[in-house]
Amino acid sequence: MSAAVMGAEELRLAASEAGDGTMTLRLAVPGMNCGGCVAKIESAARAVPGVETARANLTRKTLTATWRGSRDRGADIARALEDAGFDAFALDSGEGEASEGAERRDLVRRMAVAGFASANVMLLSVSVWAGAGEATRDLLHWVSALIAIPAVAYAGRPFFVSALRGLRARRLNMDAPISLAVILATGVSLAEVMRGGEEAYFDAAVMLLFLLLVGRWLDRTMRDRARSAAQALGRMAPRGAWVLDGQGARAYRHMTDIRPGDRVALDPGARLPVDGVVEAGRGTVDAALVTGEARPVMVVPGDALDAGILSLDAALTVRATRVGEDTTLAEIARLCAAAEDRKSSLARLADRAAAIYAPVVHLLALATFAGWMIAGADAREALLVAVAVLIVTCPCALGLAAPMAQAVASGALFRRGIMLKDGAALERLATVDHAVFDKTGVLTRGEPVVTDALALTDGALRHAAGLAAYGTHPLARALAAHAAARGIAPAAVTDVREEAGAGLSGLSGGRSLRLGSAAHCDAEERENGEETACWYAEDGSPPVRLTFADTLRDDAAATVRALSDAGVAVSLLSGDGAGPVARVAALTGIADAQGGLRPADKIARVEEFQARGGTVLMVGDGINDAPALAAAAVSMAPSSGSDIGRTASDLVFTGASLGAVVEAWRIARRTRSVILQNFALAAGYNAVAIPVAALGHAGPLVAAIAMSSSSLLVTLNALRLNRGGAA
Amino acid sequence: MTNLLLLIPAALALGLLGLGAFLWSLRTNQYDDLDGEAERILHEDPL
Repeated sequence: MSAAVMGAEELRLAASEAGDGTMTLRLAVPGMNCGGCVAKIESAARAVPGVETARANLTRKTLTATWRGSRDRGADIARALEDAGFDAFALDSGEGEASEGAERRDLVRRMAVAGFASANVMLLSVSVWAGAGEATRDLLHWVSALIAIPAVAYAGRPFFVSALRGLRARRLNMDAPISLAVILATGVSLAEVMRGGEEAYFDAAVMLLFLLLVGRWLDRTMRDRARSAAQALGRMAPRGAWVLDGQGARAYRHMTDIRPGDRVALDPGARLPVDGVVEAGRGTVDAALVTGEARPVMVVPGDALDAGILSLDAALTVRATRVGEDTTLAEIARLCAAAEDRKSSLARLADRAAAIYAPVVHLLALATFAGWMIAGADAREALLVAVAVLIVTCPCALGLAAPMAQAVASGALFRRGIMLKDGAALERLATVDHAVFDKTGVLTRGEPVVTDALALTDGALRHAAGLAAYGTHPLARALAAHAAARGIAPAAVTDVREEAGAGLSGLSGGRSLRLGSAAHCDAEERENGEETACWYAEDGSPPVRLTFADTLRDDAAATVRALSDAGVAVSLLSGDGAGPVARVAALTGIADAQGGLRPADKIARVEEFQARGGTVLMVGDGINDAPALAAAAVSMAPSSGSDIGRTASDLVFTGASLGAVVEAWRIARRTRSVILQNFALAAGYNAVAIPVAALGHAGPLVAAIAMSSSSLLVTLNALRLNRGGAA
Repeated sequence: MTNLLLLIPAALALGLLGLGAFLWSLRTNQYDDLDGEAERILHEDPL
């Protein structure tokens, strides 16, 4: 889809106006992949008259442009980018994104303060451990306290708040032992320093916070990055439509302002935002994303259309029958939400670990305190030992174990063009034993290619391609691409006219050319249930029938084989007819294939597989797949799919290769094993450290070394995920 | 002891300087586009 398709009105609505009349527009530019693109994109945008600033962000693949005056400038910018070879889509300049950024930035600030404090307190502590004299030691302790206490208060806030929230909901989350350890350690150390004691745990308290904030920040960054990438792709859906009033004048209205009975104008290349009935006009529409049917469908007045249908060449007037919450689209969104609810029982590994961990740690510390009291120590001494236990057991390594591995894995996936929306999805992907594929757009490319390459001679193809270059219909584009692939330059064609629902005509070298439906080319159509065809006619020669088919992705069969070889069951669930489904199933080697399924049938099948104890990976792209994507334990969608499909899935892959599914699955499995190794490391470390601390042998020095070394070990282990290429 | 009275504030001041510099760079959006800045250095400034 292109900026032209998306429409200038979308861009008008997306621009935001500042008080002084400056307009700001954020555009997603998915094609921005290199430094050269940055320069090209920025200079293209700056060349638009009136644009004051244009700044591209390569990490997020966005362009932010500002100008003064008319809102319409946004469309000019998008067009300039398109001329430079980059598709651009409007992003909401909404607050959602800004507040996410602010939250992450807040975490970084707290992390920086904790890092500063822990470095400085550690320096002072090293002097104490080196054997500073009594007066010096007290001075150093006081300085440590002055640094540590404000740092703990500031950097620890996210943990304290979350622990309190958990307690109010009567739950002990991972933040409860963290908060308790940090607050107790700081408080007890302060009391010790006031009475000139030897041991202070300020270094441990701030280092703990620092390491945990690193883990939390990693988690946050990973999720934000994936979400902003997915959001960028998700903006292609229409947010409004042209509505005709009684006099036939057109006005662009937002989705929420369209009522049943309104007459909506659907232009070629646009998607229908409401359910409706065709009132006037005829032509072909593409329902692939809605029903899974690969073939374009001819519609005439009286036909009912679902929201989400793409008009290929038809200029239609559609009377809206259902809008907003009542559309088929909204019904599917509800199915998705219900499926998501049922899925929430799949807890994250780290949360499951925390549920056992927090009470155990508290009991251990309490038992230590009680044990020392019973053994005759005074309360101060017993409390110090209990604090040592709390600090030593504090889940630094545990807090880093999962996010670190998932962040590294998410980076590795991102470099391969796979966007991960949620780290927990990787855990589920690793345990998948049943993969379910959609047909159209997943196993197949979802766009037609010329099947009988020799139907046209080179000379005829030269003219046909020249004419096709003017068309927006997928078949015209497929023909132009076919000529380019055969190395044939299109001929110059003049006087091109496009007749909606019929085809193109033009002149080249004094001869008239026609490309389009059989009637358009004065030919007799031979109806064939499974083929998509169009005709080409030149003066003086009989019309030629060109056939097209939706072909398999290159590595569809290899992907299915790789999964079955690894013991994963593979099924094909499609909304398309039985014939095409059986053909694709045979070509890819999928034994279990079903066609003609409605969205509710797909979700039922997926849930049936899961009820039998399977963990299902659903790969789909369409609106009709969305509920099944949401219901499956983990789901993937190609970036070319519908935005509701992408929203419902956990991973989105770009690029033409279906191999991304296998690759993501392999990375997920490696990530899971690294996380489990990390948990084992953390548990092993605790098994050694807890007895030492409980017996009172873990002074501040031992605690500091143990904590940092275990965190380092876990981090290094996670970084191994970066190595080893694709396997 | 007098050395310490001099050195500790000096060390802390330097540390705070570093922290301040980091927070400043954060506030002025210098971490927003790490990939882009790395590439940008290779191109002529179009302004």
